[in-house]
Amino acid sequence: MTDLVSAAALGETSVVGRSLWGDAWARLRANKAAMFSLFYLVLMAVACIVGPWLVPHSYTTIYQDYVRTPPSLEAYPKAEMIETALGDAVRRMRAEVREWRQEDERIFVTLTSSRQIDDRNTRYLDRSDTFDDARLESKSADGKEAVMSASIKQQHFLFGTDSTGRDLLSRTLMGGRISLAIGLLAGVTAVVIGVFYGATAGFAGGRTDEIMMRIVDVLYSLPFIFFVIMLVVFFGRNFVLMFLAVGAVLWLDMARIVRGQALSIRRQEYVQAAEALGVSRSGILLRHIVPNLLGPVVIYMTLLVPQVIILESFLSFLGLGVQEPMTSWGVLIAAGAKNIGSANWLLIFPAFFLVSTLFALNFVGDGLRDALDPKDR
Amino acid sequence: MLHYVLRRLLTAVPTMFVVVTVAFFLIRVAPGGPFNQERGLQPAIKANLDAQFGLNDPLWLQYLNYMNNLLHGNFGPSYNLPDFTVGELFANGLPVSVQLGAMALTLALLVGGVLGVVAALNQNRIADYIVIATATAGSTIPTFVIAPLIQLLFGLTWALLPIGGWGGGAFVNKIGPVITLALPQIAIVARLMRGSMIEALRAHHIRTARALGLSDWSIIVKHALRGAVLPVVSYAGPAAAALLTGSIIVETIFAIPGVGRYFVDAALNRDYTLVMGTVVVIALFTIVFNLIVDILYAVVDPRVRYD
Repeated sequence: MTDLVSAAALGETSVVGRSLWGDAWARLRANKAAMFSLFYLVLMAVACIVGPWLVPHSYTTIYQDYVRTPPSLEAYPKAEMIETALGDAVRRMRAEVREWRQEDERIFVTLTSSRQIDDRNTRYLDRSDTFDDARLESKSADGKEAVMSASIKQQHFLFGTDSTGRDLLSRTLMGGRISLAIGLLAGVTAVVIGVFYGATAGFAGGRTDEIMMRIVDVLYSLPFIFFVIMLVVFFGRNFVLMFLAVGAVLWLDMARIVRGQALSIRRQEYVQAAEALGVSRSGILLRHIVPNLLGPVVIYMTLLVPQVIILESFLSFLGLGVQEPMTSWGVLIAAGAKNIGSANWLLIFPAFFLVSTLFALNFVGDGLRDALDPKDR
Repeated sequence: MLHYVLRRLLTAVPTMFVVVTVAFFLIRVAPGGPFNQERGLQPAIKANLDAQFGLNDPLWLQYLNYMNNLLHGNFGPSYNLPDFTVGELFANGLPVSVQLGAMALTLALLVGGVLGVVAALNQNRIADYIVIATATAGSTIPTFVIAPLIQLLFGLTWALLPIGGWGGGAFVNKIGPVITLALPQIAIVARLMRGSMIEALRAHHIRTARALGLSDWSIIVKHALRGAVLPVVSYAGPAAAALLTGSIIVETIFAIPGVGRYFVDAALNRDYTLVMGTVVVIALFTIVFNLIVDILYAVVDPRVRYD
């Protein structure tokens, strides 16, 4: 009786075994740089997914009055911009500004024209990005002079605007959505193909392995960019298809890594035990080999995603990537690099988003490597 | 050793053959042709051009013709740069790309190697963190951000370097492109070197050397470095092949007359012969540098023997 009690008491207090993943997670949590990077990545992902709906400007809206507006925390328009915008609107009415003044949030403008001024001309003020709620206040007897008023539309461009007058903040967030989605999409494609190809080759061994790996060697010798360009040619500018295809090209490294791992796992006792118990080959592959491969796969994937994002931006730089008005960090950086002398914010903001994300991915990858590395136990 | 090199060169022949064949048919199945421009040529002129270049022949005959020419060292005429043969384009452009690539590679190996060793010797100290952070930055900032920044800062703001151009191969014209090419490589080499050096310093023979009272300098340079340099060597092979065959981004941004810019344009314009020429050159460089890596392995690591 006493034996049973003590055994039960022992059971209560005995150390709970930690799984590989539980252990890795504990190690990862101790790594401050990796945890901060993980947090940053989640933040970035949420910002890019939710952000475009929260920013008051759509990423496609063109503000003709605000072409290449520098970033500012204060609301636009600035004082000198009102006069320019007013001049533009009045010129379209084929009238001239006699005088104008500002009272609080409204402007009052006196116009003159050689012809009768139509009441509907207020729409030219409404159409401008600077004014809103335009009204005709009074008109002279001969109709050639009129006073109009309009409220000033206050707008924020925190990141400034691009060369066609679109809000850079919403474009950067939208571009992030695309870049991150592309990175994940192509990364997952590459991992899935690479894991199954490599695991099959490593597990099958012999002649099959030999042939499968020779195919990988040949694909390796072909210039990578050649493949990508051929894919662009075949799939046109459809970026979803294209990046599935890019992922389908990037699996080569994955296949090699996984094959090496599979070769060593195959010799483990538990695989032999499963074979002795009569588990089918596909059963062993799926139940025993693939789960044990996941460590290096996860590490490689965190390094693959930044590779894909850089590749996407490289293609966009060459004009082969995402097409306007849709955007991505690569597209934005390419545009920014062209305007670097005159409008540096076009480069700074997207480049910061891209580089900081890649930085964080790298740290997470390094952290995972340390956490999952069995040599360090 | 000589036997091994010869055997490796022989096994490269079938690889080259498969690569060239795959590339030939891949580019041919792509829709369009070298003379299908947007504005369109007169049908009669296009027919004449196609006939002139043998593009109406059955594909297998074109393939045999191309292979025959290739074996005689004839890359054929360029379709979209009609004044040049592909051979001439490479004769003019390749030396430029190779010069820049070789300088960038040397710089990357030297600076990256030193940084990596310094980081490894100061593991988990300030110097280490600085090197890691710089290396991560170097490998994450895209070339097409670095290149315009160099142009802006050194070319325009401080006016120290020419903004672009080759300038007949003047040294100042090479600085910007070489630095742009080298920076990401420095980052990768430094990371590799740091990792392998840390591992090498833990090895038993290093402990023995320490116990024997050898100086730090001789332990690091004579004993640790030798083993630690292997991963860098195997990385440097493919990296050298890529660097020496030119970078489209660097050559476009700095207006360098190398061969890097040909590939993308040629593939997009279906300049079949130029695409094939580039594929052949890149594959050759890759194979040769992989061979050099394997030979260097045997030189550096006496345990590796090719008999």
